[in-house]
Amino acid sequence: MNVFALIRAEFQKVLTTRIWWILLLVLVVYVAMLAGFLGAAFGGSFGSASEVPPVPTEQLSAVIYSVATAIGYVFPLMLGTLSVTGEFRHQTLTPTFLATPRRGRVLLAKIVALSVFGAIYGVGALIGSIGAGAGVFAITDLDNGLGDQDLWLLFARSVLAMALWAAIGVGVGALVPNQVAAIVIVLAFTQFVEPILRTVASFVSWAADLGNYLPGAAGDALVGASIYGSLGMAAGEATVVEWWQGGLILAAYAVVATVLGYLIAWRSDVT
Amino acid sequence: MPNRTTIEIRGLSKDFGSVSAVSDLSFTVQPGTVTGFLGPNGAGKTTTLRMLLGLVRPTSGTATFGGTSYRDLRAPLATVGTALEAASFHPGRSARNHLSIYATAAAIPQARVGAVLEQVGLGAYVDRRVGGYSLGMRQRLGLALALLGDPGVLVLDEPVNGLDPEGIRWIRTFMRELAAEGRTVLVSSHLLSEVQQSVDRLVVISKGRLVYEGGLQGLDTETRVAVDSPDRGMLDAALLAAGAEFTSTDAGLIVSSMTAAEVGAIAQRSGVALSLLQTQQGGLEQAFLDLVGEGSQP
Repeated sequence: MNVFALIRAEFQKVLTTRIWWILLLVLVVYVAMLAGFLGAAFGGSFGSASEVPPVPTEQLSAVIYSVATAIGYVFPLMLGTLSVTGEFRHQTLTPTFLATPRRGRVLLAKIVALSVFGAIYGVGALIGSIGAGAGVFAITDLDNGLGDQDLWLLFARSVLAMALWAAIGVGVGALVPNQVAAIVIVLAFTQFVEPILRTVASFVSWAADLGNYLPGAAGDALVGASIYGSLGMAAGEATVVEWWQGGLILAAYAVVATVLGYLIAWRSDVT
Repeated sequence: MPNRTTIEIRGLSKDFGSVSAVSDLSFTVQPGTVTGFLGPNGAGKTTTLRMLLGLVRPTSGTATFGGTSYRDLRAPLATVGTALEAASFHPGRSARNHLSIYATAAAIPQARVGAVLEQVGLGAYVDRRVGGYSLGMRQRLGLALALLGDPGVLVLDEPVNGLDPEGIRWIRTFMRELAAEGRTVLVSSHLLSEVQQSVDRLVVISKGRLVYEGGLQGLDTETRVAVDSPDRGMLDAALLAAGAEFTSTDAGLIVSSMTAAEVGAIAQRSGVALSLLQTQQGGLEQAFLDLVGEGSQP
C-alpha cells in the first residue's frame, strides 16, 4: 500500500468524473470576464475617472491579475469539498476503505492530489485573468506590467494559494459530509459571511487585526494583491500581514479542518 | 492459488446507542466451503459483515481472517473480496473506471479490471456509465470488485438480490466453483431457499445472536401427520385417549408426535373411519423460520 498509488487513485477519482473540468471552465471564463471588465473600468476606457476608486497605476495590473485568486478561490475550495462529500454521497467510501483500510492515508492522499488540482486551477485562473487583463491593457495602451519580476512571484504565490484552498476544501468536506450542506456552507461563507466580516473588521478598530485571520484575507495576504484591499474594503487600520504569514494562516485552516474532519466524520462507522 | 484463510468471529458485539445490533456473536467459516449467513432482515447480518471488514467498529469482540483483522491485512483486496448490499459507485463513472481506481489504490494490475468484468458478464458494458446500469448489472459489478484481487476469501452480502433466474443460477454455480478452488465463501441472505442449494454450512442469527451453526442436515425438519375423519369428535377423543399431541385446524388434525402408521392403528382400534391420513414434511424453510422465531407468527 504505497502512498503514491493512493495519490494516483485519488487523481483517477477526480479525472473520471466531469465536475473538475466544468468547475475549471467556469472559473477561467468567470475570472477572464471580471479581469477584462475591471481592466476596462480602472484603465479608464469607459466612465469618468471620478466614478471609479483610484488605483495607483503601478498596482493596477497586479490587482487585475489577482482577480484569479481573490474571486476564483471558491472554485478549488469547492472541488476539494466535493471530492470528499461525493464519497459519502455515493457511498464510495465503502470500496475506498475496503481497498485501503488505513483511512488516514486515504485522507492524506486526497489532500496531496487535490492540492495539485488546486494548483492547476490556479494556473488556469491566471491564464484567464492575465489573458483578459493584458488584452484590455493593450487596447487601452497601458503597461501590462508583465515585465515586472515581482508580478511573476505574485503569480507563483497565487498558484500556492489555490492549492491551499483545495486542501481546505478537503478538510471542509470531511467536516461536513452532507454534500448539500457543505455546498451551502462554502458558498454562504465565501460570498456573504466573510466579505461582511472583513468589511466590518476594517471599520472597528479592535477587530481590524482579527480580520487578517479570516481565510479569505489570509489568502489575499499570501497572494499580495486583491481587489478587496484596493477598494479599501479591508484597509482601515489593519496592519497587513506578510505574504508568508498569510500562507501559514491558510495552511493552518487546512490542517485544522482536516484533523477535525478526520476525528469527527472520517473515522466513524460506514454503514 | 490464494492461501486458505479461515474467518473467525469471536464474541463480537455492536451497540448503536442503547440498541444492541449484534450480541456476543462467535462462529467460524472454513476454507473450501460455502457458508450461508442467514437471518431475517434486521438480524444484524450486514452490521456483522461490516465489522468483519473494518467498516464498523465493534463495541467488543474480534473478527479476523486467520487471526489478522481486516485493517491489518497487508493486501486487503488480494486477501478478501467483498460485495456489499449497498450500491457503492459514482453514477457518472464507467465500470472500467470504477474498478480501475481501486486496482490503482491496491496495486493490482490494471489487466485484472477487464478480466473480472468479462468474468461477471459485463464485458460488453465496460465503458458505459454505471448510472444507467440495471440492478442486476450493479450486482455483477459489485461481484467484479470482489474478484478484482483474486482473493482467497469472499464475503458476499445478499448477492442474489435483483438478479434474474438466470443470474441466480449463475451465481450459485459460481460460488460452488470458488469454494471448490479452496476459497472461503461467506454469503448472507434472509431467505434459506435462496442459498440452500449452494451452501455447505449454515450460520443463522436472529436479533443479533447466534441461533444455529452447522450443516443443512442438522436443521430440525420435524415430520407431522395430518389426519381427518367425517366424525371429527370421535377421532379427537381417540387421539386424546392414546396420548397424542395434536392441534385442530380446518384441514384436519395435525399430530406432531406420531408416525402416520401409529395414527392409522389408533383409528382402526377405535373404529373411526378416516377421510385423510398424510405425512407432512416440515421443510428446511420452516425449520429456519422456527429457528429465527418467526415460524409461529401468523
